[in-house]
Amino acid sequence: METLWFMIVAAMVAAYVVLDGFDLGAGAIYLGVARTSDDRRRILRAIGPVWDGNEVWLVAAGGTLYFAFPLLYASSFSGFYLPLMMVLWLLMLRGIGIELRAHVENPVWAGFFDLIFCVSSILLAIFFGAALGNVVRGVPLGPDGYFFEPLWTNFRASGTTGILDWYTVLTGVIALVTLVAHGSLYIAVKTEGELNRRTRAVALWAWPLQLVLTIVGLLASGYVQPIALDNYKHHAIGFLIPVIVFGSLGVMIYAIRKGEDKMAFVGSALYIVGMLVGAAFALYPLVLPASTNPAYSLSISNTAAGRHGLTVGFTWWIIALVLALGYFTFLFRMFRGKVRLEGEGY
Amino acid sequence: MDSALLLHRIHFAFTITFHYLFPQLTMGLAPLIVILKTIALRRNDETYHQAARFWAKIFGINFLFGVMTGIPMEFQFGTNWSHFSRFAGGIIGQTLAMEGMFAFFLESAFLGLFLYGEKRLSPRGHWWAAVAVFLGSWMSGYFIIATDAWMQHPVGYVKAADGSLQLSSFWELVLNPWAGWQYAHNMSGAVITGAIVMASVGAFYLLWGKFEAHGKIFVRVGVVAGLIFSVLQLFPTGDGQGRMIALNQPVTLAAMEALFVGQSGAPLIIIGQPNVDERKIDNPVEIPQALSFLTYRAWKANVQGLDSFSPDLWPQSIALLYYSYHIMVGLGTIFIAIMVVAVFLLWRQKLFTARWMLWILLLALPFPYIANTAGWITAELGRQPWLVYGLMRTADGYSKMVSAGNAMFTLLGFLGMYTVLGILFLFLVRREIEHGPAAEVSAQH
Repeated sequence: METLWFMIVAAMVAAYVVLDGFDLGAGAIYLGVARTSDDRRRILRAIGPVWDGNEVWLVAAGGTLYFAFPLLYASSFSGFYLPLMMVLWLLMLRGIGIELRAHVENPVWAGFFDLIFCVSSILLAIFFGAALGNVVRGVPLGPDGYFFEPLWTNFRASGTTGILDWYTVLTGVIALVTLVAHGSLYIAVKTEGELNRRTRAVALWAWPLQLVLTIVGLLASGYVQPIALDNYKHHAIGFLIPVIVFGSLGVMIYAIRKGEDKMAFVGSALYIVGMLVGAAFALYPLVLPASTNPAYSLSISNTAAGRHGLTVGFTWWIIALVLALGYFTFLFRMFRGKVRLEGEGY
Repeated sequence: MDSALLLHRIHFAFTITFHYLFPQLTMGLAPLIVILKTIALRRNDETYHQAARFWAKIFGINFLFGVMTGIPMEFQFGTNWSHFSRFAGGIIGQTLAMEGMFAFFLESAFLGLFLYGEKRLSPRGHWWAAVAVFLGSWMSGYFIIATDAWMQHPVGYVKAADGSLQLSSFWELVLNPWAGWQYAHNMSGAVITGAIVMASVGAFYLLWGKFEAHGKIFVRVGVVAGLIFSVLQLFPTGDGQGRMIALNQPVTLAAMEALFVGQSGAPLIIIGQPNVDERKIDNPVEIPQALSFLTYRAWKANVQGLDSFSPDLWPQSIALLYYSYHIMVGLGTIFIAIMVVAVFLLWRQKLFTARWMLWILLLALPFPYIANTAGWITAELGRQPWLVYGLMRTADGYSKMVSAGNAMFTLLGFLGMYTVLGILFLFLVRREIEHGPAAEVSAQH
C-alpha cells in the first residue's frame, strides 16, 4: 500500500511538472520571444484558461503527500522552510502577473506585470529544480526525523549542506532549461506565424544544452548520491528509464526540425516524466535520504500514514481522479486549437 | 509565552484571516450568480445576463486572490506546524487531500469555462459551468470545515504505537456532527457576505443614479437572500453550533460568555467588559437567566462557569474571545434588523426610493466581513489551549526546527505581500464597480 501511494504521489508530482511546467516555461521565455503587445497577449491567452488548473496539481499533490506520508510532509516542509515560503511568494506574484495585466490598458501597468510574470517564472523553475536536487542529494536529518537547512552554506554537496550548493544549482539550471524548451514547444503548438517560428528557434537552441546538462546531471547525481545507483544495479529494468529519457530527447530534435510541434511537445513531456520517474526509482524506498546517518533516512515505511487511512483513501482518490481527468479533457477540448486575439477573455 | 510559538501562531492567524476575506465572498456569491443566471435564462432577460456577467468578473478577481492566499495555508501545516502535522496528518491529511482532489479540480476546471467560455458554450452549458463552480467552492468549504471540526471535536481516530493519531473510521471523520453545524453556520455566513456585498453595490448604483436597472436587481436579490440567511445564521445554525460548544467544550462557552462563576439561571451578558484579574464583568448589561435558557432550554438550568475548570484548561485570551463572540452575535442581530426593514420596504415597493435605507445598505459593506472574521476568531481562540481538543496542546504543535527569527522573516514577508495584494484587490474591484455591469453607459440611457 505504501509503495502504491509512493507511485501515486510521484505520478501527481510528474503531472504537476508536465502541466504547470509548460506555463512556467512560457513565462520564462515570455519577455524574450514576445516583443509586441499582441504577441504577449497571445502567450497569456494560450496559458490563461489552464494555468490555474495546472497549479491545482501542486495543491492536490501536496495534499496527497500530506495524507499518505504525514511525517515526510512535516519534516520536509519545515526543513525547507525558507525556500518554500519564497516559492509561495513567487507563485503569488506570478498569479497576479498573469491575471492582472489585462485589467488595465496602460503600457506601464502591462510592462510591470510582464516583468513580474517572467522573473517569477524563471525563479520558480530554478527553485523546483533545486528542490528536487536537495531530495536526491539528501538532507541533514536528525534522529527525530527533522532537519533545517539554511539557504546556503559553503556550496559543497556534503557536510552541513544548504539549500543551494553546486549540485542543487545544477539541478535548478537543468529544470530551467527543460521548462524553457517545454514552454516554447507548448507556445509553438498554440500559435502561428512569427511567434511560432521564434518559440521553435528557442527550443532548437535549448536542445543541445538540454542534452549536455542531462548527461552532466545524471553523472553528478551518481556522484553526490551513490545509493541512487543501487536500484538500477539490482533491477536492470530500470535502465529503460534512461533509454526513454534519451529517446524522448531524440524525438524532440527530430520533431522540431520537421516542424511537428505537437510531437515535439509530447517528446518534452515524456522527457520530464522520464527524469522524474528515474529519480523516484533511484530513491525508492527512501523518500528523503539523510546525509548525516543512513539510519535517519525517511522512507515510505517510516513516514506513511496508518494502513486503514491509506486503504480508504485509495477508494476516494480513484473516484476523484477519474472525475478530474474528465473535467480536464473537457476543458482542454473546449480551448483546443491555435489562439486568436479576437473574441472573449484575455 | 515562548516567542517562536507566538510568532507561528500569529503567522497562521494573520494569513488565514486575510485569506478568508476572499473565500467567504466566493462561496457567498456563487449561489447568487447561479440565481441571476437562472432568472436570465428563464426570462431571456439581457439585464440579468449583464448582472450575472458583472458579478462573474468580481468573482473572478476575488477567486484569484482566494487561490493565491490559500496555497500558503496548506503549506503552513507542514512549514510552521510540523509537529502537529506529524501527530494528526494521518487524519486531517484525508480531508485536505480530498479538498484538492474533489473540490479544487472541479472548481478550477469550470472556472475557466465559466469566465472565458460563455461564447464557446451553449447558454445552458454556461449555466452548468456556473453550477459546477458553485458546487466546487461549497465542497471545498466542507472539507476545510471538516478539518477544523475534527480539531475542535476529534472523532474516528486511534492512537498508533509511535504516538501519532491514525484514522479508524472514515465516515465518522467526514460526518462529524460538529462539522454539520459548523458548516451550515459558516456557509450561511458566507452567503450573508455575498448578499450584503451585492445589495451594497446595488444601493451604490441607485444612489449614484447610474446602472439603475442593474442596481435594482442587485438590491432585490441581495436583501431577500440577506434576510433568509441572516435568520438562518441565528436559528437553527448558530443555536446548533452554540449547543455543540456547550456540550463538548463547556469551558469555552463559559469563556465566550465571560461567566466566571457557574450558576443556575445564568444571565446573558449583552454589553460589558470582562475583568479577568478580578473575575467579574465591568459595566454589565444583561438579560437574567437567558444564558441558561438558550443553552439548556430551561430558565433555571445550571451553566458551568470558568470556576468549574482548572485555569490551565481555560482559553488563554478570554477578553478577545469574549469580544469576538459578542461582536459576531451583535452584528448578526443588526443584519436581521436591517434585512427585515429592507424586505418590508421592498414588498411595499418603496425600497428603491428610500435613500436612507440605500445608504444603510451601502455602508453595511464591511460588517459581514467583520462578523465572519469575529466568528472564526471565536471558534479558534475558543479551542485554546488545545490544537486538537483534549489531545494536543497548541504549544506542542509548532515547528520546533524553525526558529523565531525565520518565522519573523516570513511573517514580515507575508505582511508586505498581503498589503500589496490588498491594495491591488481594492483598486481592481473599485474599477469594475465604476465600469458597471453594462458595456456602454451611453447605450444604457
